Amino acid sequence: MMKLSPDTSRRGFLTLVAAAALLAGCKPSGGSGSGGDAAGGGASTIVVGEFASLTGTEATFGKSSHEGTLLAIEELNKAGGLLGKQFSLITEDNRSTAGESVTIVKKFISRDHVVAVLGEVASGRSMEAAPVCQQAGIPMVSPSSTNPKVTEIGDYIFRVCFIDPFQGKLLADFATKTLKAKKVALLSDVSSAYSDGLGRFFREGFTAGGGEIISEQKYTSKDKDFKAQLTAIKAASPDAIFVPGYYTEAGLIVAQARQLGITLPIFGGDGWEAPELIQIAGGEALANTYYSTHYSPESSDARVQTFVKAFQARFNGETPDAMAALGYDSAMVLADAMKRAGTTDGAKVRDALAATKDYPCVTGKTTLDAARNASKAAVIITVKDGKFKYLETIQP
Amino acid sequence: MTELLQQLINGLSLGAIYALIALGYTMVYGVLRFINFAHSDVFMIGSYVGFYLAPKLGAGSVLGGLAVLFSAMAACALLGVIIEKLAYKPLRNRSTLTVLITAIGVSLLLQNGGQKLFGPNPRAFPKLFPETQLHFGELTVSSNQLIVLAVSIFLLVMLWWIVHRTRIGTAMRALSFNATAASLVGINNDAVISFTFALGSALAGAGGILYAMNYPSIDPLMGTLPGLKAFVAAVLGGIGNLPGAALGGLLIGLVETFISGTRASTFRDAIAFAILILILLFRPAGLLGKMRVEKV
Repeated sequence: MMKLSPDTSRRGFLTLVAAAALLAGCKPSGGSGSGGDAAGGGASTIVVGEFASLTGTEATFGKSSHEGTLLAIEELNKAGGLLGKQFSLITEDNRSTAGESVTIVKKFISRDHVVAVLGEVASGRSMEAAPVCQQAGIPMVSPSSTNPKVTEIGDYIFRVCFIDPFQGKLLADFATKTLKAKKVALLSDVSSAYSDGLGRFFREGFTAGGGEIISEQKYTSKDKDFKAQLTAIKAASPDAIFVPGYYTEAGLIVAQARQLGITLPIFGGDGWEAPELIQIAGGEALANTYYSTHYSPESSDARVQTFVKAFQARFNGETPDAMAALGYDSAMVLADAMKRAGTTDGAKVRDALAATKDYPCVTGKTTLDAARNASKAAVIITVKDGKFKYLETIQP
Repeated sequence: MTELLQQLINGLSLGAIYALIALGYTMVYGVLRFINFAHSDVFMIGSYVGFYLAPKLGAGSVLGGLAVLFSAMAACALLGVIIEKLAYKPLRNRSTLTVLITAIGVSLLLQNGGQKLFGPNPRAFPKLFPETQLHFGELTVSSNQLIVLAVSIFLLVMLWWIVHRTRIGTAMRALSFNATAASLVGINNDAVISFTFALGSALAGAGGILYAMNYPSIDPLMGTLPGLKAFVAAVLGGIGNLPGAALGGLLIGLVETFISGTRASTFRDAIAFAILILILLFRPAGLLGKMRVEKV
């Protein structure tokens, strides 16, 4: 049929009009929905965009990190803001899925005109967003992405946490010295840049120290059954098992290992730190497990204790975990750089961030090196009677 | 050798759960000739019913655990009937494609409704039964694995008995053979279809509880992958064929486990599905299915 009947063409036109009206109607409401008064350079507030995994498999991390950031922004505003302006934080959820963060950050930059971006915990998703920030010349500070590739993306990308080569090496030392392990089995998540990277750096450090990786098994995030891999690991009879993954899978792995009668020490990295780990695996199964992380709320340091008290007062008595502390630090380091730069201009803030030296963070004194990474101490946590317990601090 | 036996046990307990879900797919296909894609989400609802009821029914003891299991099955049976009445019955005489698309819609509704209602984050599933580990030499069998096997075998026997030894089961088989003829000899087709949905959904509910018991982290999208595997199991065994679905489920579970235990663990799903394609190349109707000429 070549010719449209007058009836259908009119209907088509009406639909178009309706669609246009809808679009027009959406625009103003969408703009104010984001919460910040974002009107470009001469704005009355300093608009900072934060992308986070508020729901999904790493929701605990995203929520903690976001609460830390929020607390920092609120404290900064209470202290009078910066450069005569108040901060305004826009937060968007990427649902712990790949592909969302790019869209969010693009929207932050083009629609909300943010002056800086904060995020996120998972290295894979930070690596998605970083090229967008780099291209737009907007400084991005990741609170807790530990994969080295994140800041390699460009000179506008920073982080306030230690990186996986350091974490992998310290875990290798821990396995050799504290656990007295000579043969370690590795069970890593192939679908996660964090897990894969940390596993590799651990192997480098561990084999360099004379240890042996006796069995290497893989899984994919969202897997539920690890008994097959664990049975193969058990048959190789290692001294300990290293699981560089996130807490959802790590909890299931520990529980299933104990079900198979594996009583060996099992240890992991900072991806383990969430109360869900204990809920999923159960306190009993977690006996003889360890992980490394960025700070311990049990520390006697005055800065840590002030932060813990402020956090508990703000969020119904919740004790802040490492992700919350790093979320807090990321906002504070950014604000400090803006203060030293005396402006929110992207390039100047970038230079100020790069010059950050011995800034007193909750997670320890932070200096950003030439590769825009923080070097700082790590702590080892163990689980005793169903509770996380501080074991030791390891200096870089 | 020990490793092989251990993997066999692991594979059987995973396969038994796939078998339970696969039966639901195959039963609905048997009577209505369409794939009920919402089935995997009924499975998810089953584990959430268990999650919310466990503290109330005194989980942690054998009796409490069984109470949770049977209430989840009952709730899912009810849900299955409601889904059938609201979504599929109005489309009874439409083309199967229409019903199929509706099934996908119901599946999405349950998944997204679940995210809204239960929250999108993974939850830790409580312990239902007292847990111990049994050791046979080097072999370790957890009580959970035994419970999965025992419950699955019990339900399979019950299902066989219902389908082959009761009036309603005979009616189901008659309907599956020829729906028009069945209604001509006085079978109430609607009642039988509702019953089929109730039965299949109850099995999915049991599967949900057993799955969550073994892998105690549940989320509203947890049904997708096991549901897909169970669907594959049903096709592998010959869709519409009950023993075929059970066999297919066990096979998929075993293949997956054995591949996961080797160096090729990342290719687990790829290899499992490649095997499926191979089997279907040589036996297009599935392992136990019979080729039927489509009447036009």
